[in-house]
Amino acid sequence: MTRMLTVAGADLEVEERGDGPPLLFLHAGEGLAPERPWLDLLGARFRVIAPSHPGFGRSALPDWVGSVDDLAYLYLDLAAALDLRDAVLVGACFGGWVAAEMAVRDARRFARLVLVDPVGIKVGGVTERDIADMHAVSRQEFMRRAWADPARGAIDTTKLPETELAAIARGREALLVFGWKPYMHNPRLKHWLHRIDVPTLLLWGERDEIVTPAYGRHWQQLVPGSCLEVIPDAGHYPHWEQPEAFVRHVAAFAGCDACVSVTT
Amino acid sequence: MRVWYFSEMAYHPAWAEGLKRGSLRVVFPNENLDPVEAHGLLNRYLDEFALCDEVGLDIMVNEHHSTATCMTVSVPMALAVIARETKTARLLTLGNPIANRPDPVRVAEEMAWLDVLSGGRLEMGLVKGAPYEIAPANANPARLMRRYWEAHDLILKALSTTDGPFNWEGEYFHYRNVNIWPRPIQQPTPPVWMTGMSVDTGRLAAERGHVVGTLLSGGLAKPMFDAYRARARELGWEAGPDRLAFAACVGVGATREEGLRRAHLIADYVRTSPVVAEPFTNPPGYNSIGANVAMLKAGPRAHRLVTDRQGNPIDHRSATVQQFMETDTVFAGTPDDVVAQITDFNARMGGVGHLLAFGQGGWLDHADTKENIRLLGQEVAPRLRAMHREIAGPRVAAAE
Repeated sequence: MTRMLTVAGADLEVEERGDGPPLLFLHAGEGLAPERPWLDLLGARFRVIAPSHPGFGRSALPDWVGSVDDLAYLYLDLAAALDLRDAVLVGACFGGWVAAEMAVRDARRFARLVLVDPVGIKVGGVTERDIADMHAVSRQEFMRRAWADPARGAIDTTKLPETELAAIARGREALLVFGWKPYMHNPRLKHWLHRIDVPTLLLWGERDEIVTPAYGRHWQQLVPGSCLEVIPDAGHYPHWEQPEAFVRHVAAFAGCDACVSVTT
Repeated sequence: MRVWYFSEMAYHPAWAEGLKRGSLRVVFPNENLDPVEAHGLLNRYLDEFALCDEVGLDIMVNEHHSTATCMTVSVPMALAVIARETKTARLLTLGNPIANRPDPVRVAEEMAWLDVLSGGRLEMGLVKGAPYEIAPANANPARLMRRYWEAHDLILKALSTTDGPFNWEGEYFHYRNVNIWPRPIQQPTPPVWMTGMSVDTGRLAAERGHVVGTLLSGGLAKPMFDAYRARARELGWEAGPDRLAFAACVGVGATREEGLRRAHLIADYVRTSPVVAEPFTNPPGYNSIGANVAMLKAGPRAHRLVTDRQGNPIDHRSATVQQFMETDTVFAGTPDDVVAQITDFNARMGGVGHLLAFGQGGWLDHADTKENIRLLGQEVAPRLRAMHREIAGPRVAAAE
């Protein structure tokens, strides 16, 4: 089911699936892609609530929305508006950054946090690049870095309808509103991660060359009590590239009290 | 029609290598530039600008970054030198890439300083800049024009406010005591120019009474000029040719062959400009959603092409002088030829008051460049100047 919800004055397109325990899914910078299988697979176990970020899909990008802080507060407001309790908060890639910014502020409505290949922190030196510059490489090189098998993510834009192309173009611009400078991170976030007081799973595509599993280990050290699990044969979008394995990891984590883990 | 001479101060010795690597910009390492050779070239180019003043041409300067096509990195720096070496030429910055500048008040200060130094000869272009300028500046391409307009408004206010300091707490820029010294001779501000290629830009420029300039394609220029004139009429004023500018390569010779030969070399400016690594050609947000939809539909290997007057596509990277002449990208030949071509162009455009003449394209040597400038200034410009003499150049509601 798709519906429009107005939260804090922002019109959000929200995709919903299933009727189990609530799970708020925050999508990657490439967009929600609701026709892909992971939402249905999650929906078999959870009540999935998946908004399109402002500027993506059919969600509006109001003038006043311009930072990841804004998104974090917006989704905390969404969680309150839907009266979510003991929900699982899942954020993929860019959405992982947003989810972490929510969790350092207020995790009351969430019982579990799952960050999937998140961007959002800077751990290396000034001349080191923790997060690949996705905007300085060709589309082909981006696909090579982001996918274990780029063919799985290939989209022939010449065959898509114009409304979908417009959504892609809007989403690409919106991502930069939030993540151009500093590039895909908040320099202060790593100093706030100790505040996360909800069990946290870091889930990583083994072949991710946008943010590598080594970068994921820094996240693990910074988020108290978190664990890191790696999904083989997946890149930056394990939910997209290995949807069954992704859902298995999320479901196992949501059902246990602490990190027990199926670490690969 | 006024004629402005323009050169990007190319570092053409590195072009062959950059073309081989597929990018003359951004990712082309500067080890390919010999600073001593650049020293000679920069001084030579500045001499050529100075010559314009002696032959009655006005002068235009722009800036680019991280590129072998243009060594001018700062319009105020180049114009500071040129202002001291010239006496009567109007000095146009086209322009200051203000959406990429972190400090608009600094831009206002520099422009005021140049206006004072030059005795009120400054014409001030405030431009969006090319897409490949985003990376060197690390300016956010998203919401670029929102930042542009805030910078624009702040710069004009800083230049025209005489009872400051004033406060500015905007979306992108924050100052609590804006009060620039010196202030410009031309009040309230030096004439303001913009650049663009679209009908929207034509309308927006008309709403402010700014001069709007475009380049390289008569087919694209005409709708923008028409939109400007129509918008001005809607707002109750008549936009004369002095509000409209067009940039083209101009090669003049004693013979037609000589003019065409010079134009062929100058046109390398157009051929080299688009050679840049793919990811820097269209940062998300720089172009409109509509333009991006068209590009996604066309697929990754489609190149942006302009068409000639018969509708045939022209690839700027490899076009001949003849093809460029068909798109109004090049005017070339004897002084008579060039005057005839521009007279015809002017009529087709409905009256254009400024010709921005690219007169140096890298491999055109110093002797040829000087002779091209001399013919342009002494044989072509006087005859073009007569074209719109009846229009006094009203300054309309700019910067209020």
